[in-house]
This record gives sequence, C-alpha cells and structure tokens, in this order.
Amino acid sequence: MQTIQALGDACDSDFEESVIGNQQSAMETAMVSCRAVTKEFGTGDTRIEVLHGIDIEIPPGELVLLVGPSGCGKTTLISIIAGLLDATKGTVHVLGEELGALHGANKVRFRGKNIGFVFQQYNLLPALTAAENAAVPLLVAGWKRNEAVAKASEMLDRVGMGNRLKNLPSQLSGGQQQRVAIARALVHEPKLLICDEPTAALDAHSGQTVMELIRTVAVQDGRAVIVVTHDSRVFHFGDRMITMGDGRVDSVKTDRAEFSH
Amino acid sequence: MNWIAIKMLVGDRTKYLGIIFGIAFATLLMAQQIAIFAGIMGHTASQITDVRDADIWVMDAKTRFVDEAPALPETDLQRVRGVPGVAWAVKMYKGQVSARLDNGQFRSVILFGIDDNSLVGAPRQMILGNVEDLKLPDAVIVDKAGYEYMWPGQPQQLGRVFEMNDRRAVLVGICKVSPPFITLPVLYTRFSQAEWFVPHDRNLMTYILAKPAPDVPAKDVCQRIEEQTRTEQRQLAAMTQEQFKWKTINYFMSSTGIPVNFGITIALGFIVGIAIAGQTFYLFTVENLKQFGSLKAMGVCNTRILGMIFLQALVVGGIGYSIGVGLTAGFFEATRHVTHLAGLGMYPEIMIGVGVAVLFIVLLASVLSARRVLLLEPAAVFRG
Repeated sequence: MQTIQALGDACDSDFEESVIGNQQSAMETAMVSCRAVTKEFGTGDTRIEVLHGIDIEIPPGELVLLVGPSGCGKTTLISIIAGLLDATKGTVHVLGEELGALHGANKVRFRGKNIGFVFQQYNLLPALTAAENAAVPLLVAGWKRNEAVAKASEMLDRVGMGNRLKNLPSQLSGGQQQRVAIARALVHEPKLLICDEPTAALDAHSGQTVMELIRTVAVQDGRAVIVVTHDSRVFHFGDRMITMGDGRVDSVKTDRAEFSH
Repeated sequence: MNWIAIKMLVGDRTKYLGIIFGIAFATLLMAQQIAIFAGIMGHTASQITDVRDADIWVMDAKTRFVDEAPALPETDLQRVRGVPGVAWAVKMYKGQVSARLDNGQFRSVILFGIDDNSLVGAPRQMILGNVEDLKLPDAVIVDKAGYEYMWPGQPQQLGRVFEMNDRRAVLVGICKVSPPFITLPVLYTRFSQAEWFVPHDRNLMTYILAKPAPDVPAKDVCQRIEEQTRTEQRQLAAMTQEQFKWKTINYFMSSTGIPVNFGITIALGFIVGIAIAGQTFYLFTVENLKQFGSLKAMGVCNTRILGMIFLQALVVGGIGYSIGVGLTAGFFEATRHVTHLAGLGMYPEIMIGVGVAVLFIVLLASVLSARRVLLLEPAAVFRG
C-alpha cells in the first residue's frame, strides 16, 4: 500500500510540476495572465467579494471581448489588469511583469508606457485640440510638445482624423471623438489596449467604424486588445470572447460563430 | 504637462475669469483698505515726521499723543539745553486755535509756533512765498489744503488778513505739508507771535525740539534728558522722532475704532477672496475630475497632478493680484489731487502683505481642490 501511495504521490508531483510549468510558460507567452484573481471591497460587515478566483489568458495579437451583465465584475477586472486597482488575492501578469510586485511610481510608469485606454465617454480634454489630446500620453512620457503633437497628428491621420487636427472635442461628433481617443490610446505604441464600452455612446454606424478601426489599427505588432462591451453588434470583431457572470468567468469562446449565443 | 494645465485653465473661460475677478476684487479691497488705514495712521503722526531738522522731541511725561501735550515752563528748555550730548534745543508750540476770517466765518486751525531765530520745524516745501517771511510782523504760513479749507474756491493769494485771538494775522506763504489726521488747516508762525495768537495761559511751550551732538546716539541723549531733568514734582519725556511717531500711532490704534472698522473690511476682502476664488477654483477642479482621472490612468503621477493644480492656482492668483494692485494704484493715482485723500498711497510692505494673503487664498483653494483629485481612484474613469 505504501508503495502504491508513493507512486501515486510521485504521479501527483509530476502532474503538479507539469501544470505549474505550463502555467509559467503560458504567463511568459501571454500578454495578460490572471491566476485565481479575487477582489474584495469594503471591510468587516460591509466586505463584498466581486471577483471570485478569475483565471484568464490573453495572448498577443488578439482582440478579446469581455462581456457579461452589468455588475458581473468586468470593470473591476479590467481595472486590475490595467493596474488601476490591486487584486485582493491571486496574481496578474501583464507583459510578463507581475503587477502586484509593482508599486507607486513604478506601476504608474509601467501603465503609462505599456497600456492604452479608450473610455466610454472618450474623456478628451475639452480645452485641447484633437492633435493635442492625442499627444497627451507622449507628453506624459516627457516628449517635447511640438514633437508629440507631430507624432499624434500622424496617428490621427491613420484613424482618419487627419483633417480635424485643430478641432476641439466640442467641434467633433461622438464617433470622431472616439477616434481621437483611439489615436490617443495608441500614439505611444502600448502593448495592451483596454477599451471600456467604446461603442456605447455611439450610433450603430459609428460603432461599427470605431470597432473596425480598433480591429485594423490596434491589433497589430503583437498588441492585445481587451474590449468590454454589451453591444452584440460588434461581437464579430473579436478573436476571443470571455463571458463573465457574478464575478466568475462563465465561458471562453474562440469560435466567432458561438459569440452571439 | 504645465502647458496642458494652463490650457485646461483658460479653456473654461467663465470660471477662469470668475476666479481672476474674485482674486482681483479681494486684492483691491484688501490693498486699498490697508493702504488707506496705513495712510490715516500715518497722518496721525504727520506733524512729527514733517519736522526734519530735530531728532528729539521733549514733552511732559504724561503726553499720550502729539495733539495732547501739556504746556511746559520755559525753565525746562534751559534744563534740556544743559544736558550733555544736546547740541541745541528750541521751543515749539502746537495747539488748536480759532481763526476769524475776513468774511466773518470761523475756522479751527492747528497752529505751530516755531523758534523765532532758527525756524526749526518750519515747512520744507513752499508753494507760494518764503519761509523767511515768517519773521515779518503778524506773519503766518498756511498749508495748501488749509488754504482751500479757509478760502474755498479762491485763487492762492498772499497778504490775506484774518484774526486769531483778536490779533491780526497776515498770510505770507502757502506750503505743502503731510496731511494731518484731523483735516484742519496747519498754520506756522514764530513762537513769539504765537503768544499773541493763543489765548493767554501761564505757559505756552508744548514741545522742546532738540538735536544730539555729533556721534551721540539720539536714544542715549533721550535717556540722559529724562534722567537729568527729573524732579520730584514733574518729569519730562524725551523721545526720538520714530519713538514719538509710534507712540502717537499706537494711541490712535488702541483708543479709536479705526483699526476695528478697517480690520473688518480687510477681513471681508479676505473672506470674499476665499469664497469666490476658492469656490470657483474648487468647482473648476471638480468639473475636471474626470480629465484628471484620465491623466492619472494614462500614467500621470499625483505629484505631477498636484503641480498642475498649483500652477493653475498661481497663474490665476498672479493675474488677479496684478489686476487688483493695478486697480488700487489707479485709485490712488486718480485721487492724488483730491485734497482730503492726499497723502494716501500704496507701500511696498502692503503689496507684499496682500500678495502673501492672495498666495494663501489660492494655495488654500488649490489644496482643497487637489484633495479631491489626489483621493480619486484612477479606476473611477471606467465608471462612466
């Protein structure tokens, strides 16, 4: 019995090593890797757990759709992946860097360099022109103003806004503002792009245009894109769909035909 | 990033102008009121500071301020002259008398009776006539504002005759003096002539003006005068010009409601500044909270955000302060020729003091605003 037990232990040990090895390998290759991520808010009686052991992998070169009903934890998850929130338990690796090990200015610097954001409400600075808005990440990185605006103008040209460089956000439509926001998110060539409901404030046509843009411009050079969305009309732009429910990953689909189901 | 901070600030034109208006208004209110207060307090001692040729004022020890000096016996003058370290000492009368004009009207006037020979204490700046003409019989010199008060709307003319204590006085000069606290005409005459113009009393000399010997500090001489002229019955007080000036100013500060009145107005200016500038700046920052959150998400650290907010505060503070000081200076320039406002103006100390107050206002406003931004979680930008 002891021998059988010993053999069994040895098998378990080999299996665990194999699993750990695979995980490490996946973490090394994945753009984003979440392991048993839990997030709690509040303390004592008011403590609430909104994420319950999330495990996901996001490989480079993919557009990943993060979907699920309101309150299921999508925003919390992307905030953790973006380094804007800390996970209560579990580990998050982005570009091979464990976010939990980064603190203060290092984390801010990492985020500024490697992650681009597209917000639901665009969040453009109303006093800046389109070119100046798109140049903000470069200015944050310490670029000179003229050089930053020139590079941002090139990026705006790529997203079809080359003729609106000097327009203020108030002079642009919602779709145009979102294009400026995309240019701003990509101008410093981040490896990860996080888009929070990028089409929610847009009409159907503008939404399609924006998603096409994200698909064609963003998913390049090994970049990964996470798109949080409720909009089923843009599901076909995704390579992978992660469906969340009540703080857990319900399913991960890679077959586009299944995205609408 | 500083450039973005400035663009954010001027981009919201209504609030930008609102904050500047608030700070400019507060600066104007504080600077103007402090300047007027300082000017008025300075006026209380103007007749002391106008005497340039004597460094030491000797008076009865019970004197509380310049307008309230009991008369001294003539023997005190000799006693002061006998103190070692006193180069010279002369007598002076200062008091208030009534003048009867040629049209029958009466005017209260401040009368100075100065030493007949040296004319120590005589006005320095003559507009019309000559100081030496005081040596003529019945001669008096009046200050410009006093002339306008005694003969309003009439051209400046020497030789005018009026009466004081039923004695004939002849105007031989018009001078310029620092405005007195009480807006009465300031008249100068010889001491011997003043004895005729003032209703007769046992003693007339109210002050002894003295000069210390070369290389002897005025304070030391003052101390010697007080020690060596002290008797069991009476005591003289000797002060430097600066000491007597502040004794007079302090009397008015502690015995009148002027500091309280001005203090309330200045405090209101400060509070209005905080209320308008602080609240508007706070609203401005709160309305830009989402933008600041986006910047934080994009990698701008809290220190940088704080720097941006402080820069915005300093810019509006600087512009508002400059406008406020400019308006204050404009007010004093415009009223420079108004007789009863003459002598009031800005002082560097006031500008610095108000500048510090404005700096405090904008820093307080920015700290209150910055608190919201610093506490803002960058993840809030995902909450719509």
